[in-house]
Amino acid sequence: MKKSILIGMTAVALTLGACGRKTPPAEIPPVEQPPATDPNSTDPNSLEVVELPALQADLVAKAGSDTIYFGTDEYSLDQASQATLAAQARWLLATPNVRASIEGHADERGTREYNQALGERRANATRDFLLSQGVPADRMTVTSWGKERPVATGSNEEAWAQNRRAVTVIIR
Amino acid sequence: MRMILSLLLAGIASTAIAQDVSEPAPELVGGSVRTNVAIAVPVMPGDALGRQVSEVIVSDLRSTGLFTPLGPGGLPGYSVEEAGNPAYPSWRNAGVSALVSGYIEPRADGRMTVACYLHDVTAGRELTHQGFAVTSANWRQAAHKCADLVYSRLSGQQPFLDTRVVYVAETGPKNNRQKRIALMDSDGSNNRYLTVGRNTVVTPRFSPRGDKLVYVSYIGRKPRVLLYDVASGQERLLIPGNHITFAPRFSPSGRDVVFSMAENGNTDIYMVSVNGGQPRRLTSAPGADTSPSFSPDGRQIVFESDRSGTQQLYVMSSDGGGQRRISFGGGRYASPVWSPTGNMIAFTKIAGPFRIGVMNAGGGGERILTDGWQDEGPSWAPNGQFVMFHRTAQGAGATRLYAVPVGGGSARIMPTPVGGSDPSWSPINN
Repeated sequence: MKKSILIGMTAVALTLGACGRKTPPAEIPPVEQPPATDPNSTDPNSLEVVELPALQADLVAKAGSDTIYFGTDEYSLDQASQATLAAQARWLLATPNVRASIEGHADERGTREYNQALGERRANATRDFLLSQGVPADRMTVTSWGKERPVATGSNEEAWAQNRRAVTVIIR
Repeated sequence: MRMILSLLLAGIASTAIAQDVSEPAPELVGGSVRTNVAIAVPVMPGDALGRQVSEVIVSDLRSTGLFTPLGPGGLPGYSVEEAGNPAYPSWRNAGVSALVSGYIEPRADGRMTVACYLHDVTAGRELTHQGFAVTSANWRQAAHKCADLVYSRLSGQQPFLDTRVVYVAETGPKNNRQKRIALMDSDGSNNRYLTVGRNTVVTPRFSPRGDKLVYVSYIGRKPRVLLYDVASGQERLLIPGNHITFAPRFSPSGRDVVFSMAENGNTDIYMVSVNGGQPRRLTSAPGADTSPSFSPDGRQIVFESDRSGTQQLYVMSSDGGGQRRISFGGGRYASPVWSPTGNMIAFTKIAGPFRIGVMNAGGGGERILTDGWQDEGPSWAPNGQFVMFHRTAQGAGATRLYAVPVGGGSARIMPTPVGGSDPSWSPINN
């Protein structure tokens, strides 16, 4: 009984996620497992992360965007990105008890494994700026999706520019 | 035609002698036998499966690009007794140079024997024969073994047809792609999915014995390396700590895995035992060091790094020492893989389009093998004569697997049921 309620809640969360964010729907967290516990566990099911779509929408509303963009094969932050991140930092400092997964992405015009490294550079540069704005290190985690999650599907400069990004994803 | 085959067979004999005195096998496909040898493959007698066995042999031989197999349709049949003693004059009159015959018979243990003979029709003599004991459900493997026997005897190369391919099966639109680890025979049959598609997965790679895989799965929103046992389906995280880890590949002993870890904007190469424990760091230069691949003797590792400013190929010893650059052509070089024969490295060349190329293991001798818009992710056949890769279409981003002969020739598409990427070719099956 408890299990079926949890499944229902997961479905609602996914629906909200699809409306509120540009990224594709989250993977369904396993219902029988608590969120991230022992980082040294060798059991893949013990490491799931739960997204918070309502708070994500609030971040977008108040900070202007949850996403910043990069030049080809670059990971430096321009002034517009820094302004967006400063607003994200203010939101994070005003919203305790949540964490941020800082997620780097690359366009399709790089090889798979290089793009995984490049995505981490972008996420790390983003994290460093948020850190400089006073967001505590233990409230942020960094990851890279490489070229696995494009938002724009074209094979042209306009689409690639939208995919070279870092997204601040609010998690529990 | 007869003259050509006589010359051909003389060439084979000298190749075989050369191998007996342990000269390295020739690297290029075909070598002295690059000719369209017409090989008759009539229906094998003895069991109703004979026609299917012969069809798979024909398909396998055609896929090598070296032969023109004929049959089994349209060819006369023969008896079990004739398999080892065919009517050479009538096959000669049919215009073929070689004949693959055989038979299927039940065994006392419930399995069946598939006997496989290769004949030089022109000279009127048997070249080789072998019997394969399989369950009737596993008849395809006997057909692949027979085709490998024919291919090896005529080309002088090691077998590669009785192999599997693990890859990432791709379905759905580009901006919501479902990815599953899939395993199939290298002719596309027996395709099955090892993961359900809940998590994004990339870059599966076979262990040297073909019994295990490493691959990357996004778990807790991070890329993590998983060790997967093919027989049991059991898997576990290989690397402790919630780090960003990717680009895994086995050492030739199968006891270690090299991989990349990204931290604080820097990606380095590490090695970890398959039994667990703390990873050992092999590189520490600022930059993205990734896509490590061992030499077959286990003494060296080729990898890519952008430490010079752009992606280039480097070689180091397996303890991380003696790092030196080996790529100096125009453009960028990525995803290097050391050949099973040890003397070449396959890579992705980025110069506008992405293309698959090979170079000498010491650098130099670069040749580009493909001409797609975006070809990447090379994997060698276990005999070093073919490279499989994936080709991404511009726009919709559909990806398909292809195999290209290293000695030159066009790439052929692999028959996967859905899109495919990141292929890894298995060692020869037991």
